[in-house]
Amino acid sequence: MGKKIQLGTKILSANEEYAQQNSKLLRDKGKYCLNMISSPGSGKTTILTRTITDLKDKLRIGVIEGDIQTQLDAERIRATEAPAVQINTNGSCHLSAAQVSSALAQLPLDEIDLVVVENVGNLVCPSAFELGEDGKVVVLSVAEGDDKPAKYPAIFSKSKVLLINKIDLLSSGAIDFDIDKVRSDARRLNKDIEIFCLSAKTSEGMSGWYEWLVKTVSRNG
Amino acid sequence: MHETMVAKNLLDSIAAEAAKQGARPIAARISCGTFNAVNDEVLTFAFDVIAKGTICNGMKLQIEHKNIQGKCSGCGKKFDFDLTKSGCTYCGCDKFDLLPDPPLLLEEIEFEEDGANDG
Repeated sequence: MGKKIQLGTKILSANEEYAQQNSKLLRDKGKYCLNMISSPGSGKTTILTRTITDLKDKLRIGVIEGDIQTQLDAERIRATEAPAVQINTNGSCHLSAAQVSSALAQLPLDEIDLVVVENVGNLVCPSAFELGEDGKVVVLSVAEGDDKPAKYPAIFSKSKVLLINKIDLLSSGAIDFDIDKVRSDARRLNKDIEIFCLSAKTSEGMSGWYEWLVKTVSRNG
Repeated sequence: MHETMVAKNLLDSIAAEAAKQGARPIAARISCGTFNAVNDEVLTFAFDVIAKGTICNGMKLQIEHKNIQGKCSGCGKKFDFDLTKSGCTYCGCDKFDLLPDPPLLLEEIEFEEDGANDG
């Protein structure tokens, strides 16, 4: 038997230190920050571009885009005239608080009310890395299936908001997706979670999300 | 896949502690909650690979998983939460609060007895 020492220290404390710095910077400047997480292809960027355009007179939004490769998403955001910084993780499955820290330094924070971090498409890993955000938004598109809160509980338990996207696909009858099951599974994990069903393509249901966003940012920003 | 980053942070913490103790670490115990999504085999493999050539080479990792708990609004008891079951395991009540998921912790390091001081 060797000598044992008891520690009880957080293994991801290096990430948490950066997260706290980011949080302090945003709080000092009075900016609200959301961390958007979902599987690849759920429609995060489309929700963002429509939100930025529709709310342009009410909310100035800046975006940090996380992807394994390409500038594609930052270019889509910039096409709306909103500022965007692209992070390429080159294989890493989530954004770290250190990456977000350097991206924040590149955003014109004084001209922004809300910073949205669009995380790398992945329902698992991003939920374990705090970035210094005020809240997480999880996006689930109906094509992914209604069993996702049960299969990937961590992200649903930690999010402030759940956006159920692509509901326009349900009317064709081609997709079986039980919205009530998702609502009840998500609320069992997180009784305070705000849930909005919407289609970023047709705009259906976007107004509830906009109201929440404007109200929350003006109250906390 | 984020186990690689967990392994890197773990290695840094253990190496720093080894330098402080002036001893070679041989085993470590870590703990994590269900929602930390840490896979034992992946983390152990990642740690073994990056530990090669460092003071942590050949260390044994013991990973303890802690259940996430619910606190029943009916009977007030704490119970191990299971999404496939309907509610509190004591009284069956379906109103409860989920308690925070235990964080990923480095609980304990075991060092070689005679402390070969190569840290």
